[in-house]
Amino acid sequence: MAVVTVQLGQCGNQIGFEVFDALFTDSQCSQGFCSKRENEAYQASCTERFFREENGVPIARAVLVDMEPKVINQMLSKAAQPGRWKYDQHARFCQKQGSGNNWAYGYSVHGPKHAESIMNLIQKEVEKCDSLSGFFIIMSIAGGTGSGLGAFLTQHLQDHYSNALKMNQIIWPYGTGEVIVQNYNSILTLSHLYRSSDALLVHENDAVHKICAKLMSTKQISFRDINQVLAHQLGSVFQPTHSAECSFHYRTNPLGDLMEHLVPHPEFKMLGVRTIPQMSETSLPYSTFTWNGLLKRLRQMLISNAKMDEGIDWQVRPPLPKLPPPGKMCLNREQHFNTSLANLLILRGKDVQNANLEGFRDPALYTSWLGPADAFSAWKTPRAFNRYERSAALVSNGQFFVRPLDAVVGKAWNMFASKAYIHQYTKFGIEEEDFLDSFTLLEQVVASYRNLF
Amino acid sequence: MTQSVVVQVGQCGNQVGCCFWDLALREHAAVNQKGIYDEAISSFFRNVDTRVVGDGSSISKGKIRSLKARAVLIDMEEGVVNEILQGPLRDVFDSKQLITDISGSGNNWAVGHKVFGNLYREQILEKLRKSAEHCDCLQCFFIIHSMGGGTGSGLGTFLLKVLEDEFPEVYRFVTSVYPSSEDDVITSPYNSILAMKELNEHADCVLPIDNQSLFDIISRIDLVVSSGKLGPTVKQDSLVTSSARALKRHKKPFDAMNNIVANLLLHLTSSARFEGSLNMDLNEISMNLVPFPQLHYLVSSLTPLYTLADVNIPPRRLDQMFSDAFNKDHQLIQADPKHSLYLACALMVRGNVQISDLRRNIERLKPSLQFVSWNQEGWKTSLCSVPPVGHSHSLLALANNTCVKPTFIELRERFMRLYKKKAHLHHYLQVEGMEESCFTEAVSSLSALIQEYNQLDATKSVPVEDVPRLSIAV
Repeated sequence: MAVVTVQLGQCGNQIGFEVFDALFTDSQCSQGFCSKRENEAYQASCTERFFREENGVPIARAVLVDMEPKVINQMLSKAAQPGRWKYDQHARFCQKQGSGNNWAYGYSVHGPKHAESIMNLIQKEVEKCDSLSGFFIIMSIAGGTGSGLGAFLTQHLQDHYSNALKMNQIIWPYGTGEVIVQNYNSILTLSHLYRSSDALLVHENDAVHKICAKLMSTKQISFRDINQVLAHQLGSVFQPTHSAECSFHYRTNPLGDLMEHLVPHPEFKMLGVRTIPQMSETSLPYSTFTWNGLLKRLRQMLISNAKMDEGIDWQVRPPLPKLPPPGKMCLNREQHFNTSLANLLILRGKDVQNANLEGFRDPALYTSWLGPADAFSAWKTPRAFNRYERSAALVSNGQFFVRPLDAVVGKAWNMFASKAYIHQYTKFGIEEEDFLDSFTLLEQVVASYRNLF
Repeated sequence: MTQSVVVQVGQCGNQVGCCFWDLALREHAAVNQKGIYDEAISSFFRNVDTRVVGDGSSISKGKIRSLKARAVLIDMEEGVVNEILQGPLRDVFDSKQLITDISGSGNNWAVGHKVFGNLYREQILEKLRKSAEHCDCLQCFFIIHSMGGGTGSGLGTFLLKVLEDEFPEVYRFVTSVYPSSEDDVITSPYNSILAMKELNEHADCVLPIDNQSLFDIISRIDLVVSSGKLGPTVKQDSLVTSSARALKRHKKPFDAMNNIVANLLLHLTSSARFEGSLNMDLNEISMNLVPFPQLHYLVSSLTPLYTLADVNIPPRRLDQMFSDAFNKDHQLIQADPKHSLYLACALMVRGNVQISDLRRNIERLKPSLQFVSWNQEGWKTSLCSVPPVGHSHSLLALANNTCVKPTFIELRERFMRLYKKKAHLHHYLQVEGMEESCFTEAVSSLSALIQEYNQLDATKSVPVEDVPRLSIAV
């Protein structure tokens, strides 16, 4: 089954390009550490999901949307290198004037005006899929086009393709220094997506920036470096895996299977990704890993809420099985232990069948109402990813997300109390009431996650 | 891509505008090596086939034929505009873009605003409409004028209102040159205060600039250059040496000063015109930097003022560029943002600078700056990959900061000194439509603005506390 990607705004289009490039590069890689047959099946499955062929050239199953032309033009020409993959020249929509970091402009002006044309482009892409697994929507939540138009389009996709799954890859802005009204734009986006999307996959710029600095040893970090790390993480999640233990067939419905495992309740739909190992290309050939070592570290990253394999707090331990009274425990847990609602572990590479997953089946990692049998699953393939002999990705739904969300809601609320910048939104029909609705919904989400036990 | 139209009014406006077009042409010539008319050029220039008679000869694609500035030139005397038309830039303008008179406004805001305003309203409107018709997506009018004289100040602010009525969707960014305290125009405080009221009411953003600051910056550059520290490494086309060749004059301090203002506009629009990894369109400027409609005065600084000939950026020097941007000696108006309160701050970077450089410098500088309680993280940033001609990198910092207040207070004091004595008032009151109430309303409008800044300054000593959050029934 195929996934149609919708790239929105500057951020979405820059990342979308890197994602397709990473998927393509990996699937063409001859160093798969596996049999030829395995490699071919993997390639075929990747292509079915993310590319279609036209005259022998892989074409990304993507629709590019931006309200100004510069970025899309740049990405189209970058993707036009001979011997690689391409975008469909017709699957793009751009206008002349961007949304100016104004969510209200993206949502209330660009949205209604252009939804039909964009939906037509999306429909054309959908018609080229033999069967549709769902939509992958890449957008930032800080600006105007990705966030505002993105929220509007996700709603439209929900109305028009209610049976197809919608996963939004959202880029969480740096805590400071990108867009001044980013917290307003973020709460408006998140609250709208919470109503219309099936799952929100969150990447924080701050966390990825740190990975670039610490793990990739990049000195002068550019957005390209950040986006490539992000693309690597997404690739390690979405590249094909076997459908079941000891099976040679690749999983056919990537989005559907993923959400079935990870979103057990509509109140909880924020997902995060951790990958291990992650390092610069130059150090890769000199490194070896065992499954035991990787999974031990990954488990500790999970429970201590570390975004990368460095500076992990090894003191954090799961709570003892005997439950203390809920109130007290919540406080304790918030500070240290990251409770999971659901985890999906994806393992790729050599001897993958020998990896011991017991550490992730510990009931203490999960809530009392969803045991490890339901809350944990693992996908595998012996095909190595991106030349890493062994690598693991963990997609999880859990409390990791409380702190950044709480911070954004808090900052937006402080600004809202002074009424600063509100006139920029009311100008385009987003009233104080709309802000209050968003605050209410998100406070609810924060509370729900915080009180997981 | 969007387009902008520059409206240059009065002597100062036209001199600055002239420098701007000279630099804009040179910048696009340096970036666009192929001679093909592209979207970046189209933001400020039309491509016209001059062999075709008439006006409908704009070419949207293909080779550059003849570039015409998207500009309207207005002056109530002929001197400067005639000089432009005889100079090397004559081909980028044509007679359809000009409005001149011969009598001048006599340094009287009322003459510019009321007399010439009414007299030339239709004509101005027609030229503006024409320039708008040549754009397929007009985003912004840049008005360049001075506050102290008659034409720029009076007619310049008159047309702000015209623009607001006629093109409500199009942004109005105003570059206003404020008189220095030793200004030789005796009525400049009157003119400035009367103009301020219009700026308060009808501009989206105002970039205040004062001659004294420009002069000080030029003197400092001259000092470094003549002391031989830079030696032969000063680049030919950099800000230091690019005198306004457009006006056929020898280098005067005013040329260099006008160049700084022209560079400000070029830098301000660079991220909208050229590619970059973090774009900043013009509409993002007011969205991020104007928290309340009236508080739209942005203090700007351009760094570095000079760049050595080396191409690589040693990290130390790059960081110096960021430090200097907050230094009071680098502001284009006499103001000290570091010791006042920030409402918001934008850093627009050009050239080989990456997001990690930006972040490092924000983290480094943040502790030394004070932000208003509800906007503790009020930073907006952009990265444009095309550096200015002759430089490897540069930075424009825009600060919405209470440090503009002293300029306004000083202006009000100078106004009051004249007004108490009713000095020169009759020159104004004899103009039709001009009443005493115009003065009192203007000064109370300015006082209200000062009061807003006072209230913000008063919050400086109050500790920052979080507002109690919404409580949710769980």
